Amino acid sequence: MPSTETGTGTSTSVLPVPAAARATSDDDFRTLEAGLDALQTVPLVERGPWRRLVDGVLPPVLLLAALVVAWQFYVVIAQPRPDLVPGPFNVWASIGELWSNGRLQQAVLTSLARGGAGFLIAVAIGTPLGLLLAEWRLLRRALGPLLSGLQVLPSVAWVPAAIIWFGLTDATVYFVVLMGAVPSIANGLVAGIDQVPPQLRRVGSVLGASRLQLVTLVILPAALPGYLAGLKQGWAFSWRSLMAAEIIAMGGSIGFGLGSMLQQSRDLADLPAVLATILVILFVGILVELIAFAPVERCLLRRRGLTSGGTR
Amino acid sequence: MINTRTAPVAVGATTVHRAAVATDRPADAPAIRIDGLTKRFGTNGPIVLEDITLSIEPGEFVCLLGASGCGKSTLLNIIAGLEHPTSGTVTVTSGSAAVMFQESALFPWLTAGRNVELALKLRGVPRSQRRSQALELLDLVNLTDAADKRPHELSGGMRQRVALARSLAQDRKVLLMDEPFAALDAITRDLLHEELERIWRETGRTIVFVTHNVREAARLGQRVLLMSSRPGRIANEWRLADTGPRRIESPEVSRLSIAITEQLRQEIRRNAQH
Repeated sequence: MPSTETGTGTSTSVLPVPAAARATSDDDFRTLEAGLDALQTVPLVERGPWRRLVDGVLPPVLLLAALVVAWQFYVVIAQPRPDLVPGPFNVWASIGELWSNGRLQQAVLTSLARGGAGFLIAVAIGTPLGLLLAEWRLLRRALGPLLSGLQVLPSVAWVPAAIIWFGLTDATVYFVVLMGAVPSIANGLVAGIDQVPPQLRRVGSVLGASRLQLVTLVILPAALPGYLAGLKQGWAFSWRSLMAAEIIAMGGSIGFGLGSMLQQSRDLADLPAVLATILVILFVGILVELIAFAPVERCLLRRRGLTSGGTR
Repeated sequence: MINTRTAPVAVGATTVHRAAVATDRPADAPAIRIDGLTKRFGTNGPIVLEDITLSIEPGEFVCLLGASGCGKSTLLNIIAGLEHPTSGTVTVTSGSAAVMFQESALFPWLTAGRNVELALKLRGVPRSQRRSQALELLDLVNLTDAADKRPHELSGGMRQRVALARSLAQDRKVLLMDEPFAALDAITRDLLHEELERIWRETGRTIVFVTHNVREAARLGQRVLLMSSRPGRIANEWRLADTGPRRIESPEVSRLSIAITEQLRQEIRRNAQH
């Protein structure tokens, strides 16, 4: 643009810039900007998969080994009554026995199937419920406190009522599982949505998103970390409620689960089998966390650049 | 397409001016017309903006300058349709405007490219064209290589450039910018000024740029509007002859900055007497 005027007194004349020269100055600018970009971004150093495995697996395994060794030392040194404090070898033998007569596999499969199905039903109910609560103020005011209360109420408290309503059937177990898991999942989603920065919603509407698009393209993805935390807690509540229901409600058409096995071992005063079952329940819980939730969570947080903080 | 935002039906005695929307408007109709705009928060709250009348030509680069609390961001939000005036009208002739904020507000779960693509999707661009258009827009801000990076992997300046590409993806004739470079360091900001000026010249957008930085306003604007605080009014305006690309060190920018700062200080001093 040929031009002169600069305002006061001194007027300089600028020659029209030829196209070629302008192209070079454009290139110059691009190089300049690329240089600044390179200065301002620090390349991320990713840990290798082998290193991650060692970092993740070694500490818990070492701690576990140390605990077992301490337990065995106690049994050898203090010589407690073996029917009150069995040693690790007794418990291990008990697991072997339960495995060889097939009851362990049956119990694990029955409980996992029921816990999994109950959890999925809870997700199907809790997710739309959470979404409605987060976006519909009146419903939130009305139902929010009740749902938080239900989350605090131990779901095992529903077992007697459920037995009266549904008898000794799987419906009783599922009812108790749902009462435990649905509030956690719904509340998790509500918390996730509450934490969506208002700026992202504004950008969504400035970009011309309809209400439905705002929910599906902006709010739900933004709320995903909170939702995942809710799902994790929902699974934990499902699993716990399931065990409680299985211990209390036995017989009828209810299948043989880990809780039933625990109760049966207690009736036989077989402490090694009781401890073995507790360990199996614990182990299944850890396994589900490690296989299903941890990888999803890590991936989610890494994509959003949230992994550098904390001790993870 | 004409989009006139009028104050919601008058409460009490406020007069609501309705814009006469001419169907056969002349070619040089302003891009944005603001008529007697007043804004107060709540029914009896303080007046934030008082009787602002303003018209911005198509392709103009206007800087809205003022101290904190002068309502410049509120004015921008009203033009953007994010807030409503208490009385008066705001007309954006091209329908609606693209907006860029101080925080890039990129969606953290999407890559830079996908962020731009989402804007294209919401505009209704068919899926097959989104990728290539997004890359063109990122090339415009010199970030083609960053298309597959996520926002947290980018520097603040790069994020703002992605946000700029995203607002350009909206393909609106008017671009509203709310202190977009305020959080950046001086070196980055200087480069982004050059970038923005180049893009403005290439795309012919009408830009309204809100800032509290006098030099930035003098560096960028063809027209600088100084707002007074409490209530917010347009206190003065300066026009700069467009002499082609300028720099923040240029003498004309310095001269203008001195003049503007002088009056800005007067406006601020006025508040001490209350």
